[in-house]
Amino acid sequence: MSWVSSYFASSVGKKSVMALTGLSLVGFLVVHLVGNINMLIGSDAFNHYSHFLLSFEGIYVLEAVLAALFLLHAFFGLMIAFQNSQARPDSYSVQTKSGRGTTFASSTMPYTGTIILIFLILHLFDLKFGEHYSVPNEEGVRDIYKLVLVYFSKPLHVAWYIIAMISLAIHTSHGFWSAFQTLGFSHPKYDGFLRKSSIAYAVLVGAGFSFFAIWAYLQHGGNV
Amino acid sequence: MSDEMTLYLQVWRQKDSKSKGGFQNYKVENVSGDMSFLEMLDMLNENLAREGKDPIQYDHDCREGICGACSCMINGEAHGPGKKTTTCEMHMRHFNDGDAIIIEPWRAKAFPVLKDLAVDRSAYDKIIMAGGFIEVKYGNAPEANSMMVGKEVADFAMDNAACIGCGACAAACPNASAMLFTAAKTTQLSLLPQGKVESKKRVQSMIKKMDELGFGNCTNERLCEAACPKGISIISIARMNREYMGTLLKSDY
Ligand code: HEM
Ligand code: FES
Repeated sequence: MSWVSSYFASSVGKKSVMALTGLSLVGFLVVHLVGNINMLIGSDAFNHYSHFLLSFEGIYVLEAVLAALFLLHAFFGLMIAFQNSQARPDSYSVQTKSGRGTTFASSTMPYTGTIILIFLILHLFDLKFGEHYSVPNEEGVRDIYKLVLVYFSKPLHVAWYIIAMISLAIHTSHGFWSAFQTLGFSHPKYDGFLRKSSIAYAVLVGAGFSFFAIWAYLQHGGNV
Repeated sequence: MSDEMTLYLQVWRQKDSKSKGGFQNYKVENVSGDMSFLEMLDMLNENLAREGKDPIQYDHDCREGICGACSCMINGEAHGPGKKTTTCEMHMRHFNDGDAIIIEPWRAKAFPVLKDLAVDRSAYDKIIMAGGFIEVKYGNAPEANSMMVGKEVADFAMDNAACIGCGACAAACPNASAMLFTAAKTTQLSLLPQGKVESKKRVQSMIKKMDELGFGNCTNERLCEAACPKGISIISIARMNREYMGTLLKSDY
């Protein structure tokens, strides 16, 4: 095996890929969340923002990178979870919660991750590849604003969205800190700060994205 | 209150590594709070021997917390409820009269059960054999102070050298990962001048061996540091990860 493949086959190598892709996704979500603010400004702002992104030359490259980040992260995540289930063939009869180490978030990473993965596929299917409304009088500009309001006018869509965002918050509340630990950033000086940031980030994305879904629901599909 | 306790044990009994094991119930009377956990088991074994029954097999050696032999899960916690204690160091005063105590062996693919509570921990030795030593010749002990080592660095190396290889980290880890052990054993050497020279080669071969032996991947659950009788922290894991990631682009030469 070459040194590169043996690195990525190793436990620490795989984990470093998870951490780097995970942190990139963490960054992407911030950009996505900030972009959503355009929604509050109005339909023009949101549609033009979306049009601006899509008319960018290298958008396909960026989209491919983003897709690769998700796929690599999910692939290694599920592989690690599977290998770990093999590492202890006979489980313990007693599992006590000593209150030291392990949290709900840390022990459910593969499950919250899978919910996010399913959510993502549906999210792209329903919105990015969803109904194509056009903005009247503006050649080639998609009315994504209308689509968001129509989509979130259904309570079921809002409920599923919020469930997914809660999973995302749980996932990142451990993941954010965990990625730094994996990448070797761990020191008593800033470990407490990273832990708190991890929770703060989780609350920000969880509540932030849910807010937009609820806000969109309250617009009643745009026909008030 | 009498200081003699009666305890109800459920102990894992398994004939050999090939047989299927199961729990057996035992009642132990007249347990004093001043006894260690192993002395309590000795008392039970004496009773069993007197009754002509097969005594419970468990590992032990030093009985003072330095050899790391006394492995077992007590009520779901490695080495029992005491913080920074091995089974041999734990006193029965941590328990109350009438308590039920469930005792299991370490469970991990890499630590097969040999008999009852005794497991084969030689996987840890194999990780050491893969590079947990210094190969370069240093000659005689050098002149004091000819090699400068900062106090904090020396202390941190010493904290890691406190590892007794008991297996509690992998046993407590939900992923049966041996990262804390491997991290302690690489860290104690890499931080000091004699060990530094081979640090990249060492971390590569020790992690490779750890993976080959069937230990799981660390997901930063932190149960290892909670279980470690020597209080070794996952800061050492982060340090080892840094060193390992460095091997992607650099080598020792
Ligand atoms: C936007 C979505 C996501 C973000 C921001 C994210 C973020 C993260 C981060 C930062 C980590 C910590 C990495 C580390 O400890 O080294 C992590 C771990 C993990 N992720 Fe994700 N993730 C996302 C989606 C997913 C998906 C789709 C899956 C797949 C099913 C997944 C499965 C996992 C698993 C199993 C872990 C645990 C690995 C570990 O703790 O070492 N994640 N995630
Ligand atoms: S018997 Fe040696 S550490 Fe417990």
